Amino acid sequence: MSGQKAPITLPIAKAITAGLRDAMTADDKVMLMGEDIGVLGGVFRVTDGLHAEFGSQRVVDTPLAEAGIVGTAIGLALRGYRPVVEIQFDGFVFPAFNQITTQLAKMHNRTSGRVTMPVVVRIPHGGGIGAVEHHSESPEAYFAHTAGLRILAPSTAQDAYWMTRQAIECEDPVIMLEPKRRYWVKGDVDPDHRPALSPWQAQVVRPGTDATVLAWGPSMPVVRESAETAAADGIDLEVIDARSLAPIDYPTIAASVRKTGRLLIVHEAPVVSGLGAEIAARISEDCFYHLEAPVLRVGGYHLPYPPSRMEHAYLPDLDRVLDGVDRLLEH
Amino acid sequence: MVQLLDADGTRTPHEQLDAVLDEHGLASPERLRGYYRDMVMIRAADLEATSLQRQGQLGLWASALGQEAAQIGAGHAAREQDYLVPTYREHGVAWARGIEPWRLLEMFRGVSHGGWDPNELRTHPYMIVLGSQAPQAVGYAMGLQRDGLVGTGDLSTDTSVLALFGDGASSEGEVSESLTFAASFQAPIVFYTQNNQWAISVPTEVQTRVPLAQRSRGWGIPSARVDGNDVLAVLGTVRTALDAAREGEGPRFVEAVTYRMAAHTTSDDASRYRPKAEEQEWAEKDPILRLRRHLEQLDQIDEDFVARCDEEAHDLAMQLHHHIHGMEDPDPVHMFDHPYAEPHPIVAREREEYLEYAAQFDDDEEEQA
Ligand SMILES: Cc1ncc(C[n+]2csc(CCOP(=O)(O)OP(=O)(O)O)c2C)c(N)n1
Repeated sequence: MSGQKAPITLPIAKAITAGLRDAMTADDKVMLMGEDIGVLGGVFRVTDGLHAEFGSQRVVDTPLAEAGIVGTAIGLALRGYRPVVEIQFDGFVFPAFNQITTQLAKMHNRTSGRVTMPVVVRIPHGGGIGAVEHHSESPEAYFAHTAGLRILAPSTAQDAYWMTRQAIECEDPVIMLEPKRRYWVKGDVDPDHRPALSPWQAQVVRPGTDATVLAWGPSMPVVRESAETAAADGIDLEVIDARSLAPIDYPTIAASVRKTGRLLIVHEAPVVSGLGAEIAARISEDCFYHLEAPVLRVGGYHLPYPPSRMEHAYLPDLDRVLDGVDRLLEH
Repeated sequence: MVQLLDADGTRTPHEQLDAVLDEHGLASPERLRGYYRDMVMIRAADLEATSLQRQGQLGLWASALGQEAAQIGAGHAAREQDYLVPTYREHGVAWARGIEPWRLLEMFRGVSHGGWDPNELRTHPYMIVLGSQAPQAVGYAMGLQRDGLVGTGDLSTDTSVLALFGDGASSEGEVSESLTFAASFQAPIVFYTQNNQWAISVPTEVQTRVPLAQRSRGWGIPSARVDGNDVLAVLGTVRTALDAAREGEGPRFVEAVTYRMAAHTTSDDASRYRPKAEEQEWAEKDPILRLRRHLEQLDQIDEDFVARCDEEAHDLAMQLHHHIHGMEDPDPVHMFDHPYAEPHPIVAREREEYLEYAAQFDDDEEEQA
């Protein structure tokens, strides 16, 4: 059957649904767990229809307990299952933080490689949806700091589909950060052709010469837009989608920085002790003699995520990204 | 299940609870009319909040429709000095504590993370991460013990804590841990769960195989199961439990069996998972109707009073409407006001950077003007 179908157009949420469905069809050890993922299809409807299709043994509405969800997923993985768990909102992953960071991340190492943990933790990620407290967090740095975990952050429907499949196939635990603000944005998906680019690699999505702008997930649209706007002013930006946040694909980023001499990193999470700091430090080491300006960051402030009527000022928007570009080019 | 008012409003005798209610005058006709008015008021505010959400004035609303008795009863069961620790749906409890409805709406509108002073109103901020308030409530109760405010024999100062959460939240590890702490230290706390049958789309059966009220018994915490649509049963049961806790008898657990008549929130579509027949069945158990029938049986309510309540409720809804429509967005610089209690160099620097950045746009506007 493969190779017959043409690419299809799907919203990101439905691309993930398709990825889950195809993974479940391909491997009957794949199972889904989470709050409200069954009959309701999840609060974002990402698992819509899968309960009817695969039944309640493979699409499990769990009790309301995140530590329990991830902890039992670890136990199921020990029995050869490949659990994909849904955390309802980013701010609710913290009750499971202990299981993820002290157990899921370390089991393979602890057992000297005898045990693998092919568990996927799906987390709707980021702000900008006008929600109440704890619904708009950017927890990537907490997980990136923990060895043993991998983190993927798709920003397109194609990546959403394929990263879902590749995360499930991966023998390591994978945190999937899904850009919730963009769940209903459509894009082309080609489920029949495995992409040549590995999910653990960054992608240059717009070539340019004057400076490199790096972002991921929910920040990608604003960064792409900033490149279009800058181009109208004669500034040629290279845009990179990091895609994988753990590991980070330094060779691709460094190659770009060697070419442009400048790097701006954009993310929604607070800049303080964020992933941007880690990338800036590494690129400063790797590309010291190529840099014409310090690596700059644009991101959230060192604040709890604000009430939604103030979030527009907290999230990096077009003006703040362009302001960052200006500061970068001043050097 | 404890029930004082049956579906048609007839009061069934209950030796222990009748004594508690009568001793404190909690079931006097005047009080009963007060509860009726409270329930009508809070329902009107709730319905108005739902329509404000539809008008785009609120980001979200979690309706407490149907849970008025469970909330007004529990709110009034607490004494002045008690500390209440709610989740995000306790609008009736908040009303009973004197928290104005627009303070509740600030959070749902997105202008603040909590609209009132917890110390002044002895009511903790609304909590969204499920179950996380339960151990905090126990800690507060442990503080009361240390402060000598438990078991002195003076009911007017002895204090207890009422910790509220839903049937779904009861599955969270933190709720179990808080039961452990409360039992170990015999803290003056009442765990109060409103079992409204659903945690979004998941029925209570997925959270527990036994009635929730039985759970705490494994911890050695006595419990009661009460008809949550019967304001008197809730009031008497929760007051009894709170008084036992304040008298130094240790923690208690109360499960109020009620029903969430609206969807989980304005973002939820209950028709995807909930049978219509079930909704209808519970509509007949409406807590407001039940109290009204009771008052009618006592001949303690008349058309005038009912009309006055409705009018007041309408006025409240209108006030709420105007208040919210007139509410301005906060200047984003206020984000920087409270992340720390003491001066913090990084926040100060980012605040300056923000002001400098925002000022560029003021200049632009001036230039254009
Ligand atoms: C730790 C955590 N996980 C998930 C959620 C998302 N969520 C919000 S309300 C809810 C259902 C809660 O049900 P219940 O505790 O019964 O209270 P109810 O809403 O019915 O009053 C869920 C899953 C959350 N707020 N916190």
